[in-house]
Amino acid sequence: MDITANTPAPPPPATRTTGGGTVTRPGDRIFSGLSRGSGILLLVIMGAIAAFLTIRAVNAISKDQGNFFTTFEWNATANPPVFGIAVLAYGTIVSSIIAMIIAVPIAVGIALFISHYAPRRLASPFAYVIDLLAAVPSIVYGLWGALFLVPHLQGLNLWLDHYLGWTVIFDQSNPGTAARSLFTVGILLAIMILPIITNVSREVFRQVPRANEEAALALGATRWEVIRLSVLPFARSGIISASMLGLGRALGETMAVATVLSASPVLSARILDPVGGTFAQNIAAKFNEANDFGRDALIASGLVLFVITLLVNGAARLIIARRKEYSGANA
Amino acid sequence: MSNAITDERPPSGAHVPPQHLSHRRMPRWSPAAIAVGAVALGIGIGLAAGLSSRFQWCLIALVLFIGGTYGMTAQVEGRRQAKDRVATSLVWACFVVALVPLVSLIVTTISKGIKILDGNFLSHSMSGVLANQPGGGVYHAIIGTLEQVGLACLMAVPIGLFTAIYLVEYGRGKLAKTVTFFVDVMTGIPSIVSGLFILAFWILILGFSYSGFAGSLALAILMIPIVVRSTEEMLKLVSNELRESSLALGVPKWRTILKVVLPTSLGGILTGVMLAVARIAGETAPILLLVFGNQLINNDPFNGPQSSLPYYVFEQYVLGTDASYDRAWAGALVLIAFVMILNVVARGIARWKAPKTGR
Amino acid sequence: MQNNSNLCFAVPAGFRKETPKVKLQRKNGVRALTVGAVAISGALLLTACGSDNNTASSNASSSSSSSAGSIKCDGNGQLLASGSTAQQNAMALWVKNYQAACSGTSINYKGVGSGAGIQEFLQGSTAFAGSDSPLKPEEVTASKKICSGGGQAIDLPMVGGPIAVEYNLPGVDSLVLDAPTLAQIFNGKITKWNDAAIKKLNPSATLPSTTIQAFHRSDESGTTDNFTKYLIAAAGKDFPYTGGKAWQAKGGQSAQGSAAVTAQIKQTQGAIGYAELSFATASSVPTVKIDTGASSPVDASTDSATKAIAAAKVVGTGNDLSLKIDYNTKVDGAYPITLVTYEIACDKGNKSATLAATKSFLTYAASDAGQGVLAAQGYAPLPAEVVTKVRSTISSLS
Repeated sequence: MDITANTPAPPPPATRTTGGGTVTRPGDRIFSGLSRGSGILLLVIMGAIAAFLTIRAVNAISKDQGNFFTTFEWNATANPPVFGIAVLAYGTIVSSIIAMIIAVPIAVGIALFISHYAPRRLASPFAYVIDLLAAVPSIVYGLWGALFLVPHLQGLNLWLDHYLGWTVIFDQSNPGTAARSLFTVGILLAIMILPIITNVSREVFRQVPRANEEAALALGATRWEVIRLSVLPFARSGIISASMLGLGRALGETMAVATVLSASPVLSARILDPVGGTFAQNIAAKFNEANDFGRDALIASGLVLFVITLLVNGAARLIIARRKEYSGANA
Repeated sequence: MSNAITDERPPSGAHVPPQHLSHRRMPRWSPAAIAVGAVALGIGIGLAAGLSSRFQWCLIALVLFIGGTYGMTAQVEGRRQAKDRVATSLVWACFVVALVPLVSLIVTTISKGIKILDGNFLSHSMSGVLANQPGGGVYHAIIGTLEQVGLACLMAVPIGLFTAIYLVEYGRGKLAKTVTFFVDVMTGIPSIVSGLFILAFWILILGFSYSGFAGSLALAILMIPIVVRSTEEMLKLVSNELRESSLALGVPKWRTILKVVLPTSLGGILTGVMLAVARIAGETAPILLLVFGNQLINNDPFNGPQSSLPYYVFEQYVLGTDASYDRAWAGALVLIAFVMILNVVARGIARWKAPKTGR
Repeated sequence: MQNNSNLCFAVPAGFRKETPKVKLQRKNGVRALTVGAVAISGALLLTACGSDNNTASSNASSSSSSSAGSIKCDGNGQLLASGSTAQQNAMALWVKNYQAACSGTSINYKGVGSGAGIQEFLQGSTAFAGSDSPLKPEEVTASKKICSGGGQAIDLPMVGGPIAVEYNLPGVDSLVLDAPTLAQIFNGKITKWNDAAIKKLNPSATLPSTTIQAFHRSDESGTTDNFTKYLIAAAGKDFPYTGGKAWQAKGGQSAQGSAAVTAQIKQTQGAIGYAELSFATASSVPTVKIDTGASSPVDASTDSATKAIAAAKVVGTGNDLSLKIDYNTKVDGAYPITLVTYEIACDKGNKSATLAATKSFLTYAASDAGQGVLAAQGYAPLPAEVVTKVRSTISSLS
């Protein structure tokens, strides 16, 4: 066995230079090739997703008789096909925004609770309980949403309509309709994305340099002042990226929306009305009856969803990555 | 971390005159007392004013609680402390609010699902059961889920493991950075998009027909990034001294990884894989597009359509009769139990195998 | 070292200890492998203990047991079919009865919708398809690829389905509507139940001032297609849309699938919607009588639908037996909102592996026994002259 290849003491990982370059053994070559190949395969898969979706989508969009971006209806199996993503894009964005508005403050609160407020011995069981929320499959959320949440939200909807109806947003054009609206979807999505936002924020809070907090405490700050002055400013970008990760999840959720939402090709500012649709919901609903062309059209809408989630997730990751450089916690 | 300092309260009591260095403090039980008072008052006002919406009662109680806490603390301890108290109670409230849906969901699923969940339900398929008839079972769906998830694991775990090894042990430079970035981005791919991709690639372009395997391809795409991330984290925890001592003994690098690094972090990797399995076992959308669904038992994932647990729940929900709702809930209970068991076991392994911290 | 833990759930808290120094644990591998092996062998064991036999657990429907004797079994293995959800309940019943008699064949009919059903048939993945609408010319052309030996796909009418207009109005036991009124309701022009147009048709009913909540299908479906075809044909300018499988009118709520529409109507006061009669019957939701201009309003029933089918013309050529319903029919007792669902198979060149079973199953479906079980499920049996043609065509399939 050739020992010389490894005689220079292996330096720490950051500056490690042996390995790839001086490998001579076939075993090493195969192994590093395999692992490198897996990494490349991953990139290939991502590329293939984009490529195949695009191939099918271009076929569909080129034959669309409506404007793909501004048409409301989705009638891809008709002759001539007329379909567009206006309602879907609107519904996807609105429901996700509602989810964010509800979930982000609560998730940050929970993260603070676990990192700063909860009795120490209970913090990790509590964190586990929040993780359980993430473990529940989305179809179960959908079932619960449709059969439990929808009937129970009717009262809240009437209340919102009664007191906040003047805002138009909370106006129900038909008071008392079942709560199968984008608003309900938003609530359901909020519950579903709570854990991811909580977990990432918690991690960020943990990285806050302890010296900062202790300094604030030493100056006589209350716990809230410590958080406001030293934790939140430090964690701001982390919270933003955590929220964006949650957003990415909310945008693509399928089953919970498909079971709860009463979909119609109508674009309305009244979020309590049972109208609208989302990309994923539309794909799930229209897939069965679609012919070859209809499937291509659905794939086209899937491509739009893919690009949106890609941008959102990519941005979130970039923020986190940039953060790593200036944060002292990773040193 | 800050508890140690802020939790130390000076002796409280009405008789003790305020000292120089410490403020007057509210008794420890005061938040609870204010909460109880606020809830009671909220219900009282709600009843008295005849407000039908329970939501309004909660809102009134909440406003009373926050107002009460702030007001009383401001009186006794000062404004800064009052803000602190309000923040504390809000943070607690956030946690409680998050528990409400979780508890409600689990209670509903268990109470409705237990109704028809029995040995018969677990061991029979839906063969020949009409939508509005009771009976039938979930067996075919359980088999489908196990096989699809198993196949997805067989594909995703090796790829994920090797990618993680590449990132931790070999990767440098642009390629590694790109892979890291895209692994992260890949975790955000919506399940329906991965389903559409396999549909476009496997079924529409290559012309294969629906099968459990097509579904597991899509599930594998969802699983790979999760496995990569968790394995990566675990491998990073393995101390370099271990690697170095192995290399110094003349062990080739690949054997070092295989025999030293991987076994050391195996518990963590296993946990990550199980959590990933729990995650993909609940995916419905790719199954909807790729596996077709089946009322009968099909043990062959490569041939012909199958069912799966989440798909079964959806299918029964869509049927919309009382009997099928019962089946949907029971199916959901089986699914939740499956996922939760995986979770608990995974965390058990995590605790049991938690790296013993040295020095 | 603990950098951005993006994958929060994947990394359990136990590992996030402050000091990331790890000692070597070599034996874990063996133990973990054992655990895995146990899990896998357990899963394998599982595959042996399930059963497709539900006869003991579910009550056989009243009409099924008597018919079992007349089924002629042929062929074996798994018969795969898919298509229209409109005939799904009928198919489920037939499959159930057929399998009770013929244990050698297992039939999997999946209600995926007509479009997907035809497509899967044209890809050769199913033995036959169920469809709410006859094949289009280009689909017939495409079928020549899979029907070997010069065959092509044909439409075999198999079961008629009245599309019931379901409603939920406590206290109103009988409701009459006509095509223009229906069109205006579903078009959002009539919004209250006590609208003058509805009152005129129901002089004796006490109509509440409840808002009308119209339900339509959120997915594409042949039911929507047939229902809107009726509205377009019979209501004219009150329903100014082009029709198709996707719902086009504005307003209203939606649900995915006939069953879900029915479920929503059952839950919602003031609701109205459309679904096959079988769904209304199964959930005991009341249905609207249609004023067709005949001597009295026609109730949605299997008899009235059969009458409408009897008044339809066969428009298919050759072995193809597709029918055309007259939506403006004024025949007494004929319910105009009726769809005919077809089974689609090759006239020649069906796959040899499944031909025998397909013929045997379809023969049962078209037999008196098969057609006889339909009415109880809310489906319309085919009229005598049509069913004779269907039987002779089925026996000639090859």
